[in-house]
Amino acid sequence: MNTRATQPGQPEPLSGEPATALATVWLRLRQHALRKLGYMVVLCAAIGLLLVAIDGGRLSIKMVYSFTIGLCCISITDGGRLALAWLSDRRRQARGLAASAAGFATGWRGVMPGVLLGMTLGPLAGTALADWLTGNRSPSLLQFDSGATRFTLAISVIATLASMFVLSTMERLASARALAEAAQRQAAEHQLRLLQSQLEPHMLFNTLANLRVLITLDPPRAQAMLDRLIAFLRATLQASRSERHALHVEFERLADYLALMAVRMGPRLAVEFDLPDALRALPVPPLLLQSLVENCIHHGLEPKVEGGRVEVRARADGDMLRLTVRDTGVGLPAGGAVREGSFGIHQVRERLTTLYGDRASLQIEPATDTEGGTLATLRLPIPPPLNTGP
Amino acid sequence: MTTATCLIAEDEPLLAASLQADLAALWPALRVLATVGDGYSAAAQALALRPEVCFLDIRMPGQSGLEAAQALAEDWPEGVPFPLLVFITAYDRYALQAFEAQAVDYLVKPVDRARLSACLGRLQVRLADRAPKADAMQQAMQQLRALLNPAGVMAGTTAVPRLEVIQAQVGAVVHLVPVTDVLYFEAADKYVRVVTAEREHLIRLSLKELLPQLDPQVFWQVHRGTLVQARAISTARRDESGKVYLSLRGRAETLVASRLYAHLFKGM
Repeated sequence: MNTRATQPGQPEPLSGEPATALATVWLRLRQHALRKLGYMVVLCAAIGLLLVAIDGGRLSIKMVYSFTIGLCCISITDGGRLALAWLSDRRRQARGLAASAAGFATGWRGVMPGVLLGMTLGPLAGTALADWLTGNRSPSLLQFDSGATRFTLAISVIATLASMFVLSTMERLASARALAEAAQRQAAEHQLRLLQSQLEPHMLFNTLANLRVLITLDPPRAQAMLDRLIAFLRATLQASRSERHALHVEFERLADYLALMAVRMGPRLAVEFDLPDALRALPVPPLLLQSLVENCIHHGLEPKVEGGRVEVRARADGDMLRLTVRDTGVGLPAGGAVREGSFGIHQVRERLTTLYGDRASLQIEPATDTEGGTLATLRLPIPPPLNTGP
Repeated sequence: MTTATCLIAEDEPLLAASLQADLAALWPALRVLATVGDGYSAAAQALALRPEVCFLDIRMPGQSGLEAAQALAEDWPEGVPFPLLVFITAYDRYALQAFEAQAVDYLVKPVDRARLSACLGRLQVRLADRAPKADAMQQAMQQLRALLNPAGVMAGTTAVPRLEVIQAQVGAVVHLVPVTDVLYFEAADKYVRVVTAEREHLIRLSLKELLPQLDPQVFWQVHRGTLVQARAISTARRDESGKVYLSLRGRAETLVASRLYAHLFKGM
């Protein structure tokens, strides 16, 4: 359940980021505190030296002023951001809305007001503080005719703008890095989930249970079954989505899977393959048909008490390759929704679109002859045959 | 060694044979009355043969092991001890959690000898030590009810929108029936009867698909094949066999609530 609101146009809050504006700003400030401090020290020192170079006077005094003004600018800027974030949370709370960090991490809304405040009040407060520390009495900064005043103000404004630019770049880099890390994490999670969905535990444990029985009952058959299982697992776990393999290899993988199912289902499963010799070497993306065959078993034949038959055929239709997977099972439910909604089918459609755009199609419909069941038809453009060497 | 009778329901022939062989080795005095390969036969044979123990595979064609157990619970005759159930599953996270929670016996496939032996030991103890019939039945019903109506354990987390209108098609005409007008839904073969005060309709949606789309406070399941709008029930009369007869407002017929759901009708 996502309780974090996002404004349209704003980036999604990264998972793991705090949800309220106040918490977000605080986190950001803490993350960059050391870097900011270092940067401030360098800048203020530079300004102090610059002032001495231009104006003359004692270095230590100039440094005091520079540092106090710098410190005040930063504290007022950051203080302003925190206060604004807190206000925003309060306002959202008062209006009954969920807390939102939108705009406060790096956006103008959170940063600008604080900066403006810092730019205007910083020099005033800083000068007053420095005056108190050094015992001087500087001319009021509001007297704009004094050259010194104008100069101080100009330096403050330039320094603040420069700082703002540098700091915002730093923040943007940091959040870009965080986004990249989050994307990587998501990709790894997705891959794991994909693998889990392919290597269905129910299938695995049932197959192993049958294998175990065969070991004492019929050892040669057990060995043959184990070979099939090994080939099936290898194909499932290594499946690389972008390569191609020959159509006869694809059929062999399906044969492995169906052979395993045949041991389990006994007389309830009959299998028919039809692959014309001319089409054996055609390169196709791996495991496209696997999901369709699995659906035939899970949704078509397993629920049917007397079981049935699975037929896998390949035909050339002009310049298209037509692959059909048919079962004589219970057929599609009333709305046809179940099979369409399955993860496997969705995956197949996605892969087809990625690989072939709209030149490929997948159609799932009731089988029209007397035996009933479901027919899935996959159409692909025929590629040139693979070079079956070396 | 206690003698006893059992039924095995397992659709994969090798596994069924293997279980039979293991039982013969570990508990020779246990007689297997029948081995069936689907959920409907499981319920039918169990009701016909009345075994003392049932080994039920969860995933079976026809109906699942759990549904077969529900059918058994609803149709089991009074006066005969309800069988001890052992569920068998290859891998079903949610089922396992539910079984643990309800202290219902289960086995995972591949079935390992040591666990099977322990399970059989427990069964022998329970058979020898049968509590007065009424209690045993009540306990079994309670366990089953919890298994079948899991509070969040097995339930999916996707929210399904509430149905407001039932659409029943007859030829070229689609009748739109507001859900509030429906007195009860009854499963009939592949269809579901939608019964209002004036007439009835047929829809192809199954009761299982209908259930999550209805408000459980408004529509109560009183039998594996019947959902009634609670407001439409005027009285519920309990008879000696534990069944409850419901009279409806607006229709003459009486509905029967099975003993699994009889607990819904008691005084406040």
